[in-house]
Amino acid sequence: MEISSCDVLIVGGGGAGLRAAIAAVEAIPQLRVAVISKVYPMRSHTVSAEGGAAAVIKPADSLDEHAYDTISGGDWLCDQDAVEAFVKEAPAEMLQLEHWGCPWSREPDGHIAVRPFGGMKVERTWFAADKTGFHMLHTLFQTTLKYESIQRYDECFVTKLLVDDGRCQGVVAVELATGKILAITAKAVILATGGCGRVFPFTTNANIKNGDGMALAYRAGAPLKDMEFVQYHPTGLPFTGILITEAARAEGGWLLNKDGYRYLQDYDLGKPEPKPVLRSMELGPRDRLSQAFVKEQEKGRTLEGPYGHYVHLDIRHLGAKVIDRKLPFVRELCLKYQNIDPVKEMIPVRPVVHYMMGGISTDLHGATPLRGLFAAGEAACVSINGANRLGSNSLTECLVFGARAGKAAAAFASNSMPEPGRAVFAQARDEQNRLENDLLGKTDGSGGKERISTLREEMARITEASAGIYRSGAVLERAAANLRTLQERFGNVVLDDHAYTFNTELTSALELSYMLDLAEAIVHSALARTESRGSHQRTDFPVRDDRKFLAHSLAFRTPDGTPRIDYLPVTITRWPPGKRVYGK
Amino acid sequence: MPDTVTLAVTRYRPEKESEPTVQNYEVPFRKDWVVLDALNHIKDKLDGSLSYRWSCRMGVCGSCGMMVNGTPKLTCATFLSSFLPGPVRVEPLRYFPVVRDLVVDISDFMRKLKKVKPWLIRANDKPLSDGEHLQTPEQLDNYKRFSMCINCTLCYAACPVYGLEPSFIGPAAIALAQRYNRDSRDEGWAQRMEIVSDPDGMWQCTFVGECTKACPKDVDPAGAIQQYKLSGVADWLKSLF
Repeated sequence: MEISSCDVLIVGGGGAGLRAAIAAVEAIPQLRVAVISKVYPMRSHTVSAEGGAAAVIKPADSLDEHAYDTISGGDWLCDQDAVEAFVKEAPAEMLQLEHWGCPWSREPDGHIAVRPFGGMKVERTWFAADKTGFHMLHTLFQTTLKYESIQRYDECFVTKLLVDDGRCQGVVAVELATGKILAITAKAVILATGGCGRVFPFTTNANIKNGDGMALAYRAGAPLKDMEFVQYHPTGLPFTGILITEAARAEGGWLLNKDGYRYLQDYDLGKPEPKPVLRSMELGPRDRLSQAFVKEQEKGRTLEGPYGHYVHLDIRHLGAKVIDRKLPFVRELCLKYQNIDPVKEMIPVRPVVHYMMGGISTDLHGATPLRGLFAAGEAACVSINGANRLGSNSLTECLVFGARAGKAAAAFASNSMPEPGRAVFAQARDEQNRLENDLLGKTDGSGGKERISTLREEMARITEASAGIYRSGAVLERAAANLRTLQERFGNVVLDDHAYTFNTELTSALELSYMLDLAEAIVHSALARTESRGSHQRTDFPVRDDRKFLAHSLAFRTPDGTPRIDYLPVTITRWPPGKRVYGK
Repeated sequence: MPDTVTLAVTRYRPEKESEPTVQNYEVPFRKDWVVLDALNHIKDKLDGSLSYRWSCRMGVCGSCGMMVNGTPKLTCATFLSSFLPGPVRVEPLRYFPVVRDLVVDISDFMRKLKKVKPWLIRANDKPLSDGEHLQTPEQLDNYKRFSMCINCTLCYAACPVYGLEPSFIGPAAIALAQRYNRDSRDEGWAQRMEIVSDPDGMWQCTFVGECTKACPKDVDPAGAIQQYKLSGVADWLKSLF
């Protein structure tokens, strides 16, 4: 085991993690800051974000409009003090990225250009064509290279948080290239590992999105907040789950059923107009559009292909010129991965899991209830996303709350505190033993040999059937029991690969075990919330219940591994719960 | 259409063997499968010990570059159907040290990326309160193409100069330097010129153009290197007078 130390250790090198790293070194330059990630930072999933990032910059817009769109989009489950801080700090964060060189798309006079997005009353989405996340991530990564005090552990997989004396004091990780076990102690740890879309079968999320940080925090005793809220994006490609950005609809794309009918007009989302209208029809919020798809399918008005039901996204009427200028990536993705040209053909789409509103419960500064442990980005739940995240808030969230967590962790790490004691290193040795003997070295299971992919597929079938767009108590209860069985079967997983060098089967096994914990947290949180709100729709409890459930769920891991669900009131400042109205 | 296709995959497990070997796997043939889907089928169903990198499966994270039938490719964007009836040869990216199986060591590339100072350099930082730097769409177009690099390193695997001379700073790093040089907000051209014109820099390039052919993102690193050379010559001429 190799032992090293730093002051602030950031797990995850995507948008939130890199922003946190820069904020930490800028706050206190003499701190030793390190970023540890299972991939090279520029491979992080932020890279896939397409449409844009919201921040108020135009005179016609206001912070209150941004706050209202966010809060009503979130079906009043957002903490309004967090939303107010978020919308206020968003413009400076976006400008900061411009000052670091991000190639934002521009107006003819050279000012930042903004575009409309789903669920918004005013255009406020900054974009870099339709590769916004890619450009943000590379800008952030390249900027971190100029700070000599930011150290990196590239391709190191974190397996455990070291917690002693009620304080997070570091991590254990596997260096993939060598299989060496690392114990890295730190005064503060920030989890910025993204979401866990891979818990579900059809997802826009990359292979690396396994909720590592969420599970690490959960196992260390920190609660997961609002895990029942899973955002389906209404327009993914059927086989691959590749996202076709909302910008395709914002530029004027139509959603059509098998009869070529703009079916959203039947679901209280406004009247069809030839040009896009904000907060209406195709620019309604993601949860409502995904739910409309299921209803349409029930009416038998969707199309059916080898990968299930789908509808059409039609952008042909925009013409090749607009498509190439504003949506070049959409065209590239359709041509390369679906073998169709959206200039001439309609795009087959279906709702696919896109984003976790829930995550590690934090305060406004990214601090979790476990001292020394912080979280930011999709891994965290502050909460500004409530029951349904507004499109183009997540990239901005990575910046605003990444920076906040970086500053707060730096301040925490500058306090004097005792060096890690023997208990910390004893934990690290136990973890080494688990990794090397219980997983890597094991050649036979007492209950037979289980394959990782079998369990993973079964898990995904269970989550899709129970915690998908519509849920019900009976199905969720069965799912909870079935997930317990999968947890037991995981104990019989035997690897084909017993090598130390770049063992990706070992990491797949660890990822699966993280995802099983999170699937249980999702299902139990969904079961306990007997109301419908935002992305959480219960067929047996179809109405929002503010009397009982104007509250965040908190899932705590109990000693037997199942979650215990508790609640925390929502913070309301200026916007009392109202009705979500679109299309008017 | 065949039911199956054979993948001939290069294996190398340094703990067990001193030389790479080739292992054949028969996988189902599907029209909409890319080479990466076939590798995932092997990993999930046939042999969990095969190691390779992948993540986004949409051609933007840059992880899954490999040699496919001798050409550097993103395996997520390469259909199996282009290689019928097979076998499809899958090898680690050429010219890089192999860590294991299809995983190569890119740490040398990561050092080179940092060496060209790929960040905005300005004599005076403008305060945030003064708003954005203005940049017209035409000024953006001036560097946009070079900003599209996903660091997949296919261009290094395609570059015969890098194959002969691993100290060559290489196509993607030079293109990235040029991305910042051409950005109207940047003032770091002179600093980068010093780095890029050193003996391991652009002058090594013999303009074979293979990098541009291999690039899956249409970045045109060869064009960037030529631009750089021209400005280097102009600089040298100016210094004479």
